[in-house]
Amino acid sequence: MKKKERKLFGNGLGQLAIPIIAICVLVIFNLIRDPSFFSIELLQNSDGNIVLSGNLISVINGASELAILAIGMTLVTAACGGQDISVGAAAAIAGSTFVKVLKSGGQITGFKVLLAFLLACLVAVIFASFNGTLVAVFKIQPMIATLILYTCGRSIAYWINGGATPTVESPILTAIGGFIPWIPVPTPILIVLVMAVIIKVFFRFTSIELFTQSVGINGSAARLNGLNSTFIKILSFMILGVCVAVSGCIGVSRLGLINHETLLLDIEMDAILAVAIGGNSLGGGRFKISGSIMGAYVIQMLTITLWAMKVPSTNVKAYKAIVIVLLVVAGSPVVKKWFEKTVSRFKNRKPEVAAKGAGES
Amino acid sequence: MRKTRLLLLVVAVLAAMALAACGKKGNGLIKVGVVNNPPSESGYRQANVEDMEKVFSKENGYELHAFYSIKNDEQLQAAKGFITDGVDYLLISAAETTGWDAVLNDAKKAGIKVFLFDRMINVSEDLYEAAVVSDMAAEGDTAVKWLLSQNLSEYKVIHIQGAMGSDAQIGRTGALDKQFADGKMTKVVQQTATWDENAAKQIVETVINSKEDFNVIYAENDGMAKGAVKALDDAGITHGVNGKVIVMGFDCNKWALRELKAGNWNYDGQCSPFQAQIISDIIKGTRKVTTKKIINEEKGFDAKTITDDDINKYGLGN
Repeated sequence: MKKKERKLFGNGLGQLAIPIIAICVLVIFNLIRDPSFFSIELLQNSDGNIVLSGNLISVINGASELAILAIGMTLVTAACGGQDISVGAAAAIAGSTFVKVLKSGGQITGFKVLLAFLLACLVAVIFASFNGTLVAVFKIQPMIATLILYTCGRSIAYWINGGATPTVESPILTAIGGFIPWIPVPTPILIVLVMAVIIKVFFRFTSIELFTQSVGINGSAARLNGLNSTFIKILSFMILGVCVAVSGCIGVSRLGLINHETLLLDIEMDAILAVAIGGNSLGGGRFKISGSIMGAYVIQMLTITLWAMKVPSTNVKAYKAIVIVLLVVAGSPVVKKWFEKTVSRFKNRKPEVAAKGAGES
Repeated sequence: MRKTRLLLLVVAVLAAMALAACGKKGNGLIKVGVVNNPPSESGYRQANVEDMEKVFSKENGYELHAFYSIKNDEQLQAAKGFITDGVDYLLISAAETTGWDAVLNDAKKAGIKVFLFDRMINVSEDLYEAAVVSDMAAEGDTAVKWLLSQNLSEYKVIHIQGAMGSDAQIGRTGALDKQFADGKMTKVVQQTATWDENAAKQIVETVINSKEDFNVIYAENDGMAKGAVKALDDAGITHGVNGKVIVMGFDCNKWALRELKAGNWNYDGQCSPFQAQIISDIIKGTRKVTTKKIINEEKGFDAKTITDDDINKYGLGN
């Protein structure tokens, strides 16, 4: 009996309880407000493709970049016990690199897009390794170390393409940021799926997950046990770098336009929030990537809900803040403990009630 | 180590030479000091900086010194520097509206004439010759007037706003808000996308998903208009000339004007970064200053009448 309780609220599902409850509450709230909120239908878009359309698709599609960043952010958080606040700026750099290569003369072919993407990855990983080195080798607090790139990242992105918002048009980009012909699901959703599977497989065949946790819980103990904690930390940043490049390229491909000032604006805060809502400790150690991805969807669903409710522009952030405060407090250890206690008290009383009921009948 | 020292020495020598070159006087050129925001701020600013460099060139008889920063205190320092250097004219687009009294008084004492461009400063009018600025509210009025002239039987507007509180947002929102209040137009949705193109797309998606009817999209810049149009395309809704939805944007990026020419959009309002010519005309005496505040004339382009010349002349970027 006791073991079962532990499993329900200690770890396992326990960590995912908050994001699951949050999604359920948002779904129920929206269904009461507007029963047709989650209806999905097939439409023909201007390119003549049959595509899925509806709020549910908008939420999952719109949260793609955030979900991918949340994957990387979870790893960095777990390994280093701190967060990278430069992901938005780094994504602007990666996106600018992507566009720069695409615009460099000649027709846009599949090979060129691949090349552009790989180069964007390389650039993002280099910047991420810079952050990682500051954190792992020089032992600088992650938030301070990444503050550097956070401050100058968008200026670097400006140097790549200049100030005006350059545009690129190509059916291949439309396929990446929108729909592949004959597939009605938006491509970014598929990319998130692919990324999640890759990370799952990566964890399955390596011990990185365990290593990351042990480095995050106690770096010196991990080192004494023969783990290279410096390498693990830098590796987590490099994986985040790849995530940054992928989400930057998706962001650019959606409209075929790069605006280095607004691409994935303020996403670093949302990514950290997604990790927190996912029940991960921001101090490092144990983590669950599925929680962070769900956290990303919670944030996006909240945004879309507020838009659908036509909350005035000036109030949107305030409403968002109220919901987030509730979520974070609900996920706090104090409330969790109180909840556990209440449940166990209720469970201990139950047999008596049952016995009474039996006696009466 | 030795190498770095050598490098430092070279840099120092170069800097000294540059300073000496700056100090040279009496070449017959009009010396102009420009304090501006950095070109990386936006496409608008980049065009603004390029325009300054083009107009205040050696061929036109100017010697241009420019300083760029988004920080007011750095700008103030630079302005002081220009005054001690002895420029003839000081041109300022300030980061903040306050704190400029002392510097402008110094300039006046030194006999340097000051022009403000793009942005106003909170100082008394006799401290500067003229201010050449954009009137964001007028941009909104021009756009709304154009929209009313389309004589639609009903106006159901999706209004996508810029970052709340910015000059451009306040000006461009004002004119439309008046129409909503008068009941001439119906507000389907009014929401801020904080200049974010993808957020604009999602806002329009949300409206489409809720099955609400609309026939106008009023986006406060080009990028957000592009995002909105993408949402329409995804849902197979027609737009532009002969389309169901009228699309309006601002800023006149070249690519946006091309969308206009292709008939995908209907209207694009200018936010002119070209103040240099007006200031140059005043300096050379070919234009008289009647009021201190000179509103830079700004156009609105209609998809039906725009020409390739317009795109080349007024479009920003490439």
